[in-house]
Amino acid sequence: MSPNLAEIWVYLSQEPLAALTATLLAWLAGQRLSALFGRHALANPVLFAVIILATLLITTGIDYRAYFEGAQFVHFLLGPATVALAVPLHRQWHAVRRSAPLALFAIACGGLFAAATGAAIAWALGAAPEVVASLAPRSVTMPVAMGISERLGGLPSLTAATVLASGITGAALGPMVMNLVRVRDWRARGIAIGTTAHGLGTARALMVNATAGAFSGLAMGFNALATALLLPLLWRLFAGGG
Amino acid sequence: MIGALATLLVCQLLGEVAARGLGLPVPGPVLGMALLFALLLLRGEGADAAGTPLGTTVDALLGNLGLLFVPAAVGVVVYLPVLAREWAPISCAILGGTLAAIAVTGLLAQALLRRLG
Repeated sequence: MSPNLAEIWVYLSQEPLAALTATLLAWLAGQRLSALFGRHALANPVLFAVIILATLLITTGIDYRAYFEGAQFVHFLLGPATVALAVPLHRQWHAVRRSAPLALFAIACGGLFAAATGAAIAWALGAAPEVVASLAPRSVTMPVAMGISERLGGLPSLTAATVLASGITGAALGPMVMNLVRVRDWRARGIAIGTTAHGLGTARALMVNATAGAFSGLAMGFNALATALLLPLLWRLFAGGG
Repeated sequence: MIGALATLLVCQLLGEVAARGLGLPVPGPVLGMALLFALLLLRGEGADAAGTPLGTTVDALLGNLGLLFVPAAVGVVVYLPVLAREWAPISCAILGGTLAAIAVTGLLAQALLRRLG
């Protein structure tokens, strides 16, 4: 490499500009690719963007921490975005209010069941403790799941990837599973999808049926709250006892 | 837009302070979400309608929610050795756990809501 190019490379790898730009471009490319596949549930734009950036980091040998120095400006917005989830919940409040108490009970039970089965399967198959802890909060919306994972002794980035995988699984295969066990009530279908497949599932539900979408949004928001409150307490109870 | 962003940040900040100050096991932004929800209930419908400053800002933010997940999810490159070693339990937990939870949650919700009519 000529000295000039080396200087440019040093500048690019030290300043946040390149990582930030690459993140936005990868996201735009992800959206294009998703549209190309007719926005199929398996053709998720986040998945495409992550694959593009991960391949880039691995092939150029750039350290993830160096990349994150720049990408953290995007990452920071997850906090305000989590707070913002109160708005869709409030907008749908009048539609779900009447069935809210029963719905909230079903969501809390479903959320804890999702955490318990995932953790139990991983544990039974001999996964390391930090991997089990990373899997437990995977049905919660990503910013909250990463916070819970940290408290349980998991690896937040691994949780981020499992949240993504769970959302894609639930959104793509969830409707089939519910047809199989004959869940036909649109409210119940929305609750099941929002509880287990968070925002990715809610986006799908909104496309299929407005009632299912409203209940899915409620489920996503309330499951974030319920799992964040209950899971660390239950975890301490079981981990402390075992 | 700046006012709406300030509202979100103030809620998040209060949530973080409350979570740390009281030693609560809940992430600060979740408390911030609960706080904003309570504020919206007090102010009534229309405070966050599409087109209002808060509604527009939130719609822009949540409309690109996927982008905000990208930097953290790319961190999976750090755990490729873990994934290579434990791909079987991880994929079984995700697939089995998620599909079982969908069936159970759906059936429970349907049984409960049917009583309501």
